Amino acid sequence: MLNVSVYRYHPEQDQKPYMQDFQVDTGGKDLMVLDVLFLLKEQDSTLTFRRSCREGVCGSDGMSINGVNGLACITPLSDCVKNGKLVLRPLPALPVIRDLVIDMDQFYQNYERIKPFLQNDKPAPAIERLQSPEERAKLDGLYECILCACCSTACPSFWWNPDKFVGPSGLLQAYRFLADSRDTATEERLAELDDPFSVFRCHGIMNCVNVCPKGLNPTKAIGHIRNMLLSRGT
Amino acid sequence: MSETLRKMSFEAIVIGGGGAGMRAALQLTESGLKTACITKVFPTRSHTVSAQGGITCAIASHDPNDDWRWHMYDTVKGSDYIGDQDAIEYMCSVGPQAVFELDHMGLPFSRFENGRIYQRPFGGQSKEFGEGGQAARTCAAADRTGHALLHALYQGNLKGGTTFLNEWYAVDLVENDDGDVVGVVAICIETGETVYIEAKATVLATGGAGRIYQSTTNAHINTGDGIGMALRMGLPAQDMEMWQFHPTGIAGAGTLVTEGCRGEGGYLINKDGERFMERYAPNAKDLAGRDVVARSMVMEILEGRGCGEKGDHVFLKLDHLGEEVLESRLPGICELSRTFAHADPVVEPIPVVPTCHYMMGGLPTNIGGQVLYPESESESRVVEGLYACGEVACVSVHGANRLGGNSLLDLVVFGRACGLQIEKSMSEGFESKAATQANLDKAMARLHKLNSSEGGESISAVREELQKIMQLYFGVFREGESMQKGLQLLRDLKSKIDNLHLRDKSGAFNTDRIEALELQNLFEVAFATAVAAEERKESRGAHARNDFTERDDENWLKHSIYYPQDERVGKRDVNFKPATLDAFPPKVRTY
Repeated sequence: MLNVSVYRYHPEQDQKPYMQDFQVDTGGKDLMVLDVLFLLKEQDSTLTFRRSCREGVCGSDGMSINGVNGLACITPLSDCVKNGKLVLRPLPALPVIRDLVIDMDQFYQNYERIKPFLQNDKPAPAIERLQSPEERAKLDGLYECILCACCSTACPSFWWNPDKFVGPSGLLQAYRFLADSRDTATEERLAELDDPFSVFRCHGIMNCVNVCPKGLNPTKAIGHIRNMLLSRGT
Repeated sequence: MSETLRKMSFEAIVIGGGGAGMRAALQLTESGLKTACITKVFPTRSHTVSAQGGITCAIASHDPNDDWRWHMYDTVKGSDYIGDQDAIEYMCSVGPQAVFELDHMGLPFSRFENGRIYQRPFGGQSKEFGEGGQAARTCAAADRTGHALLHALYQGNLKGGTTFLNEWYAVDLVENDDGDVVGVVAICIETGETVYIEAKATVLATGGAGRIYQSTTNAHINTGDGIGMALRMGLPAQDMEMWQFHPTGIAGAGTLVTEGCRGEGGYLINKDGERFMERYAPNAKDLAGRDVVARSMVMEILEGRGCGEKGDHVFLKLDHLGEEVLESRLPGICELSRTFAHADPVVEPIPVVPTCHYMMGGLPTNIGGQVLYPESESESRVVEGLYACGEVACVSVHGANRLGGNSLLDLVVFGRACGLQIEKSMSEGFESKAATQANLDKAMARLHKLNSSEGGESISAVREELQKIMQLYFGVFREGESMQKGLQLLRDLKSKIDNLHLRDKSGAFNTDRIEALELQNLFEVAFATAVAAEERKESRGAHARNDFTERDDENWLKHSIYYPQDERVGKRDVNFKPATLDAFPPKVRTY
């Protein structure tokens, strides 16, 4: 039997959140945390969480798992259970809608703020825009972001200034377009980021890197943006 | 029961925020029509994100002489000749433009040395109409093409200014007194509010329904909502017996392992280490059609040459490709295999088994995505106001078996075509009658019933029962008697489906309610599948029967049409009239 403690909050019913304890029979298997949530939902169908692909590519089920942000679907119990106990809470720093479901509007706004789309001021050719394998390789480690928010909600700078500091996920995407040889809006993109908060609130503590379920490195990307901003001569 | 619903009005709405939905939404937004994309999950959580290997298209990058007509030939053959040749011609010829648009939108395709888009070989691909050997026609972003494509489309829509209703769930279509579709009743999941979303054009882009099976590569959200809504409205569905079982789902977990693994040189082995596909498909071997490979694997397992303690899977061998190729071309697969199979492909093979993957059937449409109501084998009428594209639609480019990489092409080509058709209809002044209160009450009936349930069946238990029936009686190999038994079990299950107990009646983010509504859609899809499968008395493409082992062109070179009112199966002519070349006549299909 596994002891699971889950954060519960229903806006229509609860004055404040509380932790609810469950016992789950895992059949001795090393289940993923998401599988445990399904077993819990069989016990109590009101338990609420997001899920979709169940293979770590859609980014729906980011949550705090025994205190560490991660995706429930690719976190096996053997990686997270301590002393026979599993504690599940919503990702920190963003408002809770219900149980493990958070309101991600601020996170998405920060993503939209960096204009996450290719901009090119020349007319498109009749075929694709050519890009060498070396140029394309610069996008590896950047484009794979799944917008799960594990990184940004693990970042103290984001906690203090979520409306001013873009956060690791948004900045990783900002660099994804700065690094793309097909994008010509480099100057405009840098100008948008050139203030004391947007980028420079990153203090390099690398919480983002530690929790990223895709193994990406936002801190490194932020370092590249810093360099570009500094060499831009401000 | 009658209530006044808040109304939101648009010229066009797209239900579904996956590849097809977002491509349609982008086209509509760019055309200046007031458009909303309604999606039950944030768009980048849609199942397109899980597509791996690539998008097949004759962009003539790997081979400068490549020709869309060769791609068309392969697709027609792959469909076992019940793909509509006018639609396949359209997809293959328009395809390159749609793929280049994706690049311009920012999709980070992998590249060849000359800077062009990387293409890899996939199953069923040939040059020179099957005479020139294996082609390499699948455009790829490593093995994360679906993710890259879905994000690029979302980004394109952000740039274009599309209105999204994220985390809204479409309950049922609203039909006016003329039988036209004039929008949808939908729930805002966050608040629980139910709203009538009015539109002159409603696009269903709700994807597949792989969750009717116990073992599937599909996401939890693939519950056939569009098919369910259409069948409840009395609209027929086409070729619903045609379900693709992907050869390589990870045994136990069901997660997909791309065909691109075999495209890059991987191959399947049985417990003796034998590369058994050489026996079943001497020429194409591991790159034969998916239906052929899946059946061969099941034969190996049934004949006692399966791997593992229970002998219930085979192995996909990749280690001979070397770490460098694996990490650069198939990094996502390495990750998935380590996570879900506890096997590192760099040093050991991946345990795989055929797993439900794709619904070839769907709502019959024309090339412009207009949903059709087949009235006889040769005549159909357009259902005004209703469109479908992507997996929910059956246009039909996949026929009885889809080729790998053709689903992503289908999404962008026909999502785009849908948008173009709606733009045309609107510019011609299309109008429809406003919905009456009675029309809205009808669309609300299902939700009302569920909301007032006082007791009844457990949602998760009924879903499990449904999935077991489908897995057992309508799998890779089918047989009349057992399908009849399965059909009877489904009929018995129907009373439970109609008597689900919604325990949670609250508003905010009520996933209990959504899962109940989804389960009813799953049942609609499963039942249509079962009836059509029992009726098609031949083996063709993915539909393999032990009691009718041969293809029967005399009786079944036809689409099947499931009519929900009387649970009857009719037939519909396959299109053999492409616009610019002679049709490819049916031949014996070997690889």
